Parts: sequence; structure tokens; C-alpha cells
Amino acid sequence: MRGIHKLCTRGISSKNPRSISIISKIQTSRLYSTLPPNARLNIPTDFSTTPLLAHSSQSALQNSELPPEVRNGTTKRMNLFQSINDALSLALAADDSVLLFGEDVAFGGVFRCSMNLAENYGSDRVFNTPLSEQGIVGFAIGAAAEGMKAMAEIQFADYVYPAFDQLVNEAAKFRYRDGSEGRHVGGLTVRMPCGGVGHGALYHSQSPESLFTHIPGLRVIMPRSPIQAKGLLLSAIACNDPCVFMEPKALYRAAVEQVPTAAYTLPLSKAEILKEGKDLTIVSYGHPLYTCSSAIEKAEKDFGISIELIDLRTVYPWDKDCVLKSVQKTGRCLVVHESMVNAGIGAEVAASIQEDKETFLRLEAPVMRVAGWSVHMGLMFERFNIPDVARVYDKIKKAVEY
Amino acid sequence: MDLLTLPEARSSWESVTFPGAVNSKFTSALTFEHPSTYPAIPTYRCTSPDGHIIDASVTPPPDALALSMYENMLSVSIMDIIMFDAQRQGRLSFYMTSQGEEGTCVGSASALEKEDVVFSQYREAGVFVQRGFTLENFMSQLFANRKDVGRGRNMPVHYGSRELNIHTISSPLATQIPQAAGAAYALKMQRLQNPELPPRVVACYFGEGAASEGDFHAALNIAATRSCPVIFICRNNGYAISTPTLEQYRGDGIASRGTGYGIDTIRVDGNDIWAVREATLKARALALKDGGRPVLIEAMSYRISHHSTSDDSFAYRARVEVEDWKRRDNPITRLRKYLENKNLWNDEKEAAARSRIRKEVLKAFGEAEKELKPPLRAMFEDVYEEMTPEIRGQMAELKEILDAYPAEYDVGEFEGGKESLVK
Repeated sequence: MRGIHKLCTRGISSKNPRSISIISKIQTSRLYSTLPPNARLNIPTDFSTTPLLAHSSQSALQNSELPPEVRNGTTKRMNLFQSINDALSLALAADDSVLLFGEDVAFGGVFRCSMNLAENYGSDRVFNTPLSEQGIVGFAIGAAAEGMKAMAEIQFADYVYPAFDQLVNEAAKFRYRDGSEGRHVGGLTVRMPCGGVGHGALYHSQSPESLFTHIPGLRVIMPRSPIQAKGLLLSAIACNDPCVFMEPKALYRAAVEQVPTAAYTLPLSKAEILKEGKDLTIVSYGHPLYTCSSAIEKAEKDFGISIELIDLRTVYPWDKDCVLKSVQKTGRCLVVHESMVNAGIGAEVAASIQEDKETFLRLEAPVMRVAGWSVHMGLMFERFNIPDVARVYDKIKKAVEY
Repeated sequence: MDLLTLPEARSSWESVTFPGAVNSKFTSALTFEHPSTYPAIPTYRCTSPDGHIIDASVTPPPDALALSMYENMLSVSIMDIIMFDAQRQGRLSFYMTSQGEEGTCVGSASALEKEDVVFSQYREAGVFVQRGFTLENFMSQLFANRKDVGRGRNMPVHYGSRELNIHTISSPLATQIPQAAGAAYALKMQRLQNPELPPRVVACYFGEGAASEGDFHAALNIAATRSCPVIFICRNNGYAISTPTLEQYRGDGIASRGTGYGIDTIRVDGNDIWAVREATLKARALALKDGGRPVLIEAMSYRISHHSTSDDSFAYRARVEVEDWKRRDNPITRLRKYLENKNLWNDEKEAAARSRIRKEVLKAFGEAEKELKPPLRAMFEDVYEEMTPEIRGQMAELKEILDAYPAEYDVGEFEGGKESLVK
């Protein structure tokens, strides 16, 4: 896993883009080697060859979810932060009511997602806020309630908790409590970088998605790639429900693919089958999909099985049908996520599988979970905490041997 | 670069060049700023206790307006008494009165334009009345019947109206304050993008207790830095449930905080409806000046009523103190004196108005109480723009339960019975 450069952490962010590019150059080699010499499974993802990314223009445009005019268009090589920047730019260009704000977004954002947007769309529409998460989200709710499309950025998902009241008690319940008056904050999208990055420790690594999936009224989305990020983010902006959009920060620079240059949306609350298989279903989302993909490659070879890989994309309200259908076919299911196992997405997926009569009857093994341990993210222990290829491989083995 | 080559201003020993406080001067006197070194912010009053306008600069409002505002205060006060008793009789689940604060609400609302957007806390019935919320609207919400625009989902007194541009009240305190800042920014941007729109402000109400929440701080700060046309109106009534202001803050009330955020601020006598109106009129003009800015009004009053029907305030304050406030100073009696001085009002008119309003309230009360409740389906709708498959499934599941155990549930009072749950 490639680390973000140190300047991108809270409190020591630089306002000088030049110093950032210098640091980036120095950091082309890995600073944090996690690869023991004899490792066969835990080899870092090679993002330049992973089948989860569209390495050619042709493969990017083959996507059947894209409308024909986009499929006949052009692509551009982008990493995740560039595709998010592209989506934000398209949204700002298309609709005057789109606003983008948060801590340090004006100079481009500590992860460069809002680069050049203040310059291009004006400081009235792209601006810094005071350092107050409850203020950012409360402000965004008010702007959305009065008809704006408010794109609020929380600098790290780890810092969303001060805004929890605003998200849970206000944003999620706004339409419901307004009843037939019909006012809502559907124009609200809260973006936040999430997930481990190798050295983020307790407060630059969290993935609090399951805290939001317990809240009716919110849509919780996590893309896995630049193409997905662009399409899902534009969908979230267009969507009339408030959306929590979580961006795996480890992929900001690492995941690079050909991304259609036109504006397009991808469906919310719809999972995507990344790879078909018949013996086991793996359900995941976000960054661990790459881990799953590597583990699948090894396990299929070693055990002579075929594995289906599903990306939930929207973790709530989630595409239960897609998962149930797949597990009815394979009879085995493994859920993989980075955040803690306790009461995580895996719990909901596993419970839904055993609760569905038809799927329950076809189960040939218990539904298994590979997730973060129920502990905090200690700095030196990250590589033992985040699900890796060996752990996913081992659970695959246990599921098929059950 | 050594000290000698620094530009003049940077090497100055008098003025500060730290970016965080550009107008500060250096001093060699080591002194702490103490609150006592500043006089308490005065309380603006323009009407004397016997109802005479004492600020010569105030243009008295038209008589018709003064009379309607008086009746609006009376309506709130009479509705409060009836509904408080109704709750005591178990005929509705909850109620909150606004005795003593009718002046702050009716006075400030009278200074707003119809298109201005309002966010409120819960003790602002006067704002609703002044903007045109009808007795039927109030009663439908209080009884959560099928005519309640909140579709029976909110606790009593959580009113809202799209037509009147008042956002629906929610229970969490102070959450509406940063929302008001964001809404004001939206209005500002919309006018910037379309100058044909009328200039609009947001008015945001909250109590002095709510001002202790982090959201108050977040809101005033972001409203100031983004120059939002919003009027923050604090009802300082001396208590947050049982907590007196001495345990709420140690500064000079809420007003003294305004200037700390760089916000134009005034403290007014909340029992003086013309002072509140005048201050709000000026605040509105100020809020729209030079592209917009926030203004803070702290309206001083006394919470004569219990906090709510779930509270007995004599457990923490003396009955005599309350009685004293009721008698000594009250926004309704002060405006009544003003009207009597102008020969617009007398005992006869008072008796007639009270009797008429009482009848109107009781009529609306009776009708609302008899109304059917909203369809059960309303429980599952509007969580999202469209019902999700999960919610649809759960709605069907509830229907199955109601079918299987008809004796366990009374669905008769809901419009359409259990059939509204189909599909």
C-alpha cells in the first residue's frame, strides 16, 4: 500500500503547492515496506495491472452502465483525486446552485480534490470554512434546505463525529419531519476521505460507514476506482437524498485508470458484479476489493474454484437482491471490509443472507467475515489490522473446506 | 533577512503584524482584559412601562398593525392557557407555552418580509401567528391529525410551514443556528445569480440555553466569515428548564459574544414590542447591507410559564418571583397601555377580543381533536424521496402483523385503516 505524503495530514498541511510536488517526487519509492522476502500472498497491489481498473480507453468505455454518448466519447488517465476533481468541476459547471466548501478546499484541498475549482468557479462557490465540522454540515444543510446543492467536505472521516448530530438528527430526518411540505436537503453531499493509508493511526484511518448505515434517510456511498468515483459522485450530487460520500484516501494517488471525460452518472444502491464465479461470493466495497481480487487470483489457482466478486458501491440502502442472488448460486459468502467487524457492514450482509429463506437453504458454509479487528488503529500495527490477502485467502480456504 | 532590513511596518514596535490580529497595538503594560472592565451592553427600550414611546426617532407603526399585533399576542396567550390545560387533562401528549415572550416573537416577526426565511427553536408561536399560521394549522399539528403538514410525525409544538417560509422545528437544540447561516448564504448566492429576486434575510430564533451549544459558536463564526444575511434572535428568558443563567454563562449574556465574532449586536427589552420591532427592522437593513452580514439581537425577557408540560418550575424557582414578573412587566400589558393611550383599546374591546379568540381556539381544538389521524403509510414515506425496497418490505410486514393479530391493534383512528399499508 502506498502512503499519502506526510503533508497531507491534518495540522501540518502546507499551503504551498510547490512544496507538495517536491515531496511527491521524493516519495516515488515506498517508505513503508510491508513485504517480507518470502511472501507469496501479501504482495502489495500492483495498480498498473489489477483487473479492477480500466487500463485502456477501450475497457473504460465498454462499461454497459454508461450511456451511449459517453461510450462513444474520449477518456483521460486519472487517479482517484483527479476523477473527483473532474466530477466536482463538471457539477460546478453544469449548475450554478452547486457550492463546494470545507476546511482548506480553496487552495485545492489537502488531497488536491478541489484543485483549481476556486479559481475557475469563483470564491463565492468554492470556499474555505472555519475549522468546525458541525458548522460545515449545519451550514450545508441550511444551504441545501434553501435549494442549493451543497458539497461539504470533512477533511478526514475521522473528524465527522462533531457533525454527527447534524447528519443524524437533522439531515437524515429533514424530509421526514417536513411531511407534506416536502422540503428536504437532497442537495446535500458530504464527502470525506476514509480508510487506512499505512500510517494514519487512530485519527487518519477510520471508516465510519456503518455508523451511517444505521441511519435511515442517508445514502452511504464508497467508490473503488476513479471511474466509479466520478459517476457515483455525480449521482450523489444529482440525488434528492442527502449522501455521505466516502473516498478511500489510499486510492487517491494509487488507483489510476482511463476515465470517460464526459459527465455521466452511475446508479446508486446498485451493486456491481466485478467478476463472475460459482463456488463462493465475496462481498466488499472500497479499497479491500483490490485485496480480494488478489486473494481470488491465488485461491482460484490453488483450490480450483471460481469466485464471484461483488462491489456494493452504495453500502446503504444497499443492493440486497444482487447479493442474495449471487449467494443462492454459490452457496458460500465472505464479506470483507476494512472497518471493525463488530456491527459492521458484514453483520448486516450476513444477517440478511441467513434471514432470507431461499438463500439460507442454499448455504453450504457459514457466512464469514474478514474485517478490521475490534480495536483502534494503532500506528505500528496497521498491516496486521487491515484485511490483507493472506486473511482473505485463509477465509476463502475455510469457506470452501467447510 | 535580519531585523534591520525588514520593511518599516514589520519592524514597528507599535502595531502588530501577526496575521491573526491585524488591528492590535503592542503594549508594555501587562494587563488582563477582565469582563468587569467593560460596561454591560445596554438594553434598548423605546416604550415606557406605561406605554409611551420614549425614543423620538421611532416612527409609531400604523394603528391597524399595532392592533393586529396585539390580537396576535392575545391569541398565543389564550391558546397557551387552553392547550396547557388540555395536556393536563391528557387530551394531547405535550405542550410548551410562550408566556412572557409573545412580544419578542410577534415584534420581530412583524419586521420581517413574507419571503424571509425563519428557523425557530420551539417557543416561537408568536412568530407563526404573526406570519399567518392559522388556529387550524396549530391544532392539526398539536393533535397530529391527517391535516397536520408534518403528517403526524413530530411532537406537539414542532410546527413548520413552507408557505410561510418557516422551517419545521426539530427538538435538538441549536442545530438550526448553523443551518440558518447556510440558508442565508443560499439566499445571498441566489440573489447574486439572479438580481431580480427580492432581497431576503434569514431570521433564526433560539434561547440563551441553546446558545451554550457548540452549534451556536459554529454558526456565528461561519455566518461572519461568509458574510451571511442572517439575524440571530436570542430569547434570553433567564432559564433553560431549571438552569438559571448564572449556571449557563458568566459573560455579559449572549450579546457580548456577538462582537467577539465580528457581528453587529444589540440587546433589547423583549417586553417592549416596539423596541423588538425597531431593532429587527434595523437589523434586517443591516443584514442586507454591502452584500450581507449577520446581526445578533438578544431579547431580554422572563419565562413566566413552566418550561413545558413535563416541567413544574416551582421545583426550582419561587412562585412569587414568577407572579412578580407577570404583574410587573409583561409585553401584552405594555402594548395594551400603548393602545389605550391612543384610544384604540378599552376594557370592552379587551373582553370581546378575549371571548372571541377563546371561542375560535376551542372550535379549532374540537375540530382537530375529532379529525382522523394520518394514514399509517405516512410512517414509512418520506424517509427517502422514494421508498426503498427494504422499507416497502417492512411496510408489508407490518400489514401482515395487523392482519394476523387484529385484536392487538386499533387502527380505526387512522385514515384508511391498515389498507394504506398495501403495496
